[in-house]
Amino acid sequence: MMDSILVLIGAMLRIATPILFGAMGETLIERAGVLNLGIEGTMLLAAFNGFVAAQLTGSLWIGLLAGALTGVLLCLLMGGLSVTLGLNQHVSGLGITLLASGIALFAFRILYGGATTPPALADSFQPLNPFPNTILTPVFEQHWLTYAALLSVPLVTWLLNRTTFGLRLRSVGENPEAADTAGINVYRMRYQALILGGALMGIGGAFLSLAQLGAFAHGIINGRGWVAIAVVIFGNWQPNRVLAGALLFSGVQALQLRLQAAGVALPYELLLALPYVLVIAAIALVGRNISVPAALLKPYRREG
Amino acid sequence: MPPIIEMRGITKRFGALTANDGIDFSIEPGEIHALLGENGAGKSTLMKILYGLYQPDSGDVRINGQPVRLTSPAEAIANGIGFVSQHFALVPKFTVAENVVLGHEGSRTLHPTAMSTRVMETAASLRLLIDVNAVVGRLSVGEQQRVEILKALYRDCKVLIMDEPTAVLAPGDIAALFDILRVLQGRGMAVIIITHKLDEVFAISQRVTVLRLGKVVGEVRTQDSTPAALAQMMVGRQTVAVARNSDHRRQDAVKLDVRDLRLTDRRGGLRLRGLSLEVRGGEIVGVAGVAGNGQSELVSVLTGMAAPDSGSVTVGGAPLPFRDPKAVSRLKVARIPEDRLKGVIGDLSVQDNLMLESVEGFTRMGHLDRARIRANAEALIRAFQIKAAPTDLARTLSGGNIQKIILARSLGHAPEVVIAAQPTRGLDIGATEYVHQKLLEQKERGAAILLISEDLEEILLLSDRIVVIYEGRIAGTFAAQDARIDQIGALMTGAHPHA
Amino acid sequence: MLNLKIEREPAPLWLRLLIPVIAVVVTFALVSVLILWAGASPFDAVYQLLIHPLTRTSARADILMMATPILLTGVAVAVAFVCGYYNIGAEGQLYAGAIFAAWVGVNAEGLPPVVAIGLMLIAGFLAGMIWALLPALLKSWLSVDEVVTTLLLNSVMLFIVSALLNGPWRDPVSGWPQSPTIALNAQFPVLIARSRVHLGFIIAVVSALSVWWMLARTRFGLELRAIGKNREAAQFLGIPVRRRVLTAALISGGIAGLAGVGEVGGIHYYLIGSLSPGFGYTGIIVATLGALTMPGVMLSALFLALINRGAISANRELDVPVYLSDVIQAALLLVTLAVLLLNRYRIRWGR
Repeated sequence: MMDSILVLIGAMLRIATPILFGAMGETLIERAGVLNLGIEGTMLLAAFNGFVAAQLTGSLWIGLLAGALTGVLLCLLMGGLSVTLGLNQHVSGLGITLLASGIALFAFRILYGGATTPPALADSFQPLNPFPNTILTPVFEQHWLTYAALLSVPLVTWLLNRTTFGLRLRSVGENPEAADTAGINVYRMRYQALILGGALMGIGGAFLSLAQLGAFAHGIINGRGWVAIAVVIFGNWQPNRVLAGALLFSGVQALQLRLQAAGVALPYELLLALPYVLVIAAIALVGRNISVPAALLKPYRREG
Repeated sequence: MPPIIEMRGITKRFGALTANDGIDFSIEPGEIHALLGENGAGKSTLMKILYGLYQPDSGDVRINGQPVRLTSPAEAIANGIGFVSQHFALVPKFTVAENVVLGHEGSRTLHPTAMSTRVMETAASLRLLIDVNAVVGRLSVGEQQRVEILKALYRDCKVLIMDEPTAVLAPGDIAALFDILRVLQGRGMAVIIITHKLDEVFAISQRVTVLRLGKVVGEVRTQDSTPAALAQMMVGRQTVAVARNSDHRRQDAVKLDVRDLRLTDRRGGLRLRGLSLEVRGGEIVGVAGVAGNGQSELVSVLTGMAAPDSGSVTVGGAPLPFRDPKAVSRLKVARIPEDRLKGVIGDLSVQDNLMLESVEGFTRMGHLDRARIRANAEALIRAFQIKAAPTDLARTLSGGNIQKIILARSLGHAPEVVIAAQPTRGLDIGATEYVHQKLLEQKERGAAILLISEDLEEILLLSDRIVVIYEGRIAGTFAAQDARIDQIGALMTGAHPHA
Repeated sequence: MLNLKIEREPAPLWLRLLIPVIAVVVTFALVSVLILWAGASPFDAVYQLLIHPLTRTSARADILMMATPILLTGVAVAVAFVCGYYNIGAEGQLYAGAIFAAWVGVNAEGLPPVVAIGLMLIAGFLAGMIWALLPALLKSWLSVDEVVTTLLLNSVMLFIVSALLNGPWRDPVSGWPQSPTIALNAQFPVLIARSRVHLGFIIAVVSALSVWWMLARTRFGLELRAIGKNREAAQFLGIPVRRRVLTAALISGGIAGLAGVGEVGGIHYYLIGSLSPGFGYTGIIVATLGALTMPGVMLSALFLALINRGAISANRELDVPVYLSDVIQAALLLVTLAVLLLNRYRIRWGR
């Protein structure tokens, strides 16, 4: 019993990793006033580019860097469209997701032809195992990136609440006019948030191809970007609560895997859908949300 | 003493409109300088140029004799200029201390206690009473204004610009504000007050610059001038109004009866505290008051946009449903909203805007009757002299013509009651007179008219009776013939509460 | 002080007509990088993408066939977007319609074709509405943002489809995860001989025309536009905003459901997990490119279908991956949005 709970926790942390990276990135960006629906495609293209870079150079670290850079570039594009040009954030974000996904699939076809089995890395990030052969092994045998994802939560909290950068970032997401009159460059702040957040999203995508799977497949992201956005809302834009949301989601997911493995006669797809339904229910319960950054979705234009 | 700020030949155009036309302006340290003028005279534009929010088309700015180019608020702040806008530039979710240090944190990491202490010290040194750890969104308007002043001082400002600082304040807060300003003045700070209120000019300033239609029409020492002289300068020669309500004889039955309205806002503040009033047919009742004393809430209830906690409204004896704009207009209540851009849909055509409020009269089984819509529009455009074609988009019209759409739509169908909220705000003189004339026509017709306006002049001009609103209730009532400005002013500022 | 700033003066007509052209040219210029990478000449590719399909009868028919689902999802998305309701859930609503249509179709043995097809359409429309109901209610009752809820429900729907196809509906004959084939009398008639243009195309065009009429000529449509342009003013004018938005969201879902009916009844004749390669999302592109107007939506659906068909030609002739069409469509969306600013901010630039 104890064993299976520990295994469950281990699986939960593993599943939570990419969602957590994505959600922390999205939190930073949304707290600055930009809703980035490009996250799904951004994570996909980052997973792909990370994979290709690692394969070409033989270095997982360069792969990771390529993933992060991909995230940064796509978020800069989001910034160009929604911050500089002031275009509708919903449509810009979805457009970026469609564009990035299209590019990933196009490039995949060129590089790997019609390969039916997903190409795999010869060597991928291996899990650390600080407590080998103990009861704790299934919990702590994780990729270092999983530890990094967990660490990113207090880091983002600190950044938002305890640094000048964070104060300014929050101010442009709450009241850009006030930030502007206080002499803060609203555009630059939003771009900085997008760059940081984009790097986190990119790492989240690359985690899947470089560590968890060690391979790339079309469905590698499979809605994790959307889930990241949902847990940000679920978590009221507070990193700690976003973590709780991500763990809730991945916990249910892990449970589902366990039940499936144990041969419980339930359509596993319905269990897969359960966390989505739970998140929708939770968002509905939170309802009209006063913690939403007041300037979210609103492009900033100085009048006159 | 040499001027700390000197602006020379400032010109600023917005499209066809010249907001500032060759303006000269200067202020010395330790001086409180009033910038006086009507709405649209160009006061705010001039000060936004000084604060780096706008760039002048021509002219230059000198600080302590040195020419400077202020291209952003950050540069203005660095040059010792602080700006307290009417719309506070505060982040509601931040604490007072966070708002104050924002942009001038002084270090890369934040140390909340040290931050609070520093802000507290600044506040204490100026005898500003404020809880620096309070969340700004929960503070009163007066307290928020103090946060704004504190912000400017924290940035070491030498010149403080205050844009109509008393417009949103309760009377007690006004006195407190003036005390603060005198303390600042005593420390050698230069304070610019943008205002259109003469009493304030005489209460606090040493010097006054008067603007009219984007030009300087006079610059005098306050003690050398008189209210009459300044008023003359401010409004020019066109003080004689064409439309004026001088026939106060009609006494029809009560058509609008408002009883004991109480309303709490979302933050739990009492906005209406048992407000009652009545308007008879053929009568214009003017609601005078300082902004923020419950006028907006009263208008919201009467136009069907909000429901009070308690109280009742009857129109011609029938109860007025709350939060049902359709039902309100069906009771023949004409509604002129405070913000005309919330009454007209700019991206729809003039003819659609003219029929949307009574759309059921223009449909056959849900299908729009284009011919009737067009005919309606053409008739109203003619009757109300709207300068537009029926198919023009409303947003391409001038403010005056947009207001005419609202007038045509609401007054064109013989209303019983007219709720006119700030009907001439931001309009030029011609359009203003037109609106006044239309309201008087409705009075002649026998409609009951409730006029809510921040413009006391307008209220005095049009009303048969004047009620003064103060802190969510009616503080006093005057018949037009024996209304005295000083008494009204006293009630507006809470001098005789519950009179 | 300046209550009205006219910052959006309409651009001159020639510029407005030129905007789509500029957008297409810029998009192809950007995408030519990918085409070169694939080892083809961009000029050849443009020919294959835009011209070649128009030169052959069968390809022209394919365009109509391919335009069918994205015209329907485009109309669906436009109906919602017009009143400011961001329905991103057309993909899920499409599958909901497909499920109901397949169920009716499978059980339609013996019914006259008119009845069978009519029932499929009604069932599909209802299913789309049902799947759109929850986010619409959450929006109108609790002001819950519809973007995230509709988006998540797309994922949920894919799981439901998968559960159906791997469970009760697994094809008993082949064992594949696909539903049984619908009855012959429930299969949509083909409109053009030796092509796959089916009844769904007429349904799509009729839907677009009906919505056009609704938006332009009915009170409901006018009120939807009013809400989309200025919600507060619409409220002030007595329009029951929440009720109208709810209705529009349901109509949107229903029309998206019809797209699913068309794919089941006119193309595949059974339900499969890969029924839609993202038609719901393409609908967002179609609606946006069409500026939420029905003539625009019809044109952009046809144009995107042309690109889809052209990508197949380009793949065959030049060995450029078909995913090129996905890239072009998304790029076209973003470029068009950016180019449209030429239209809006003229005054700023002039100063």
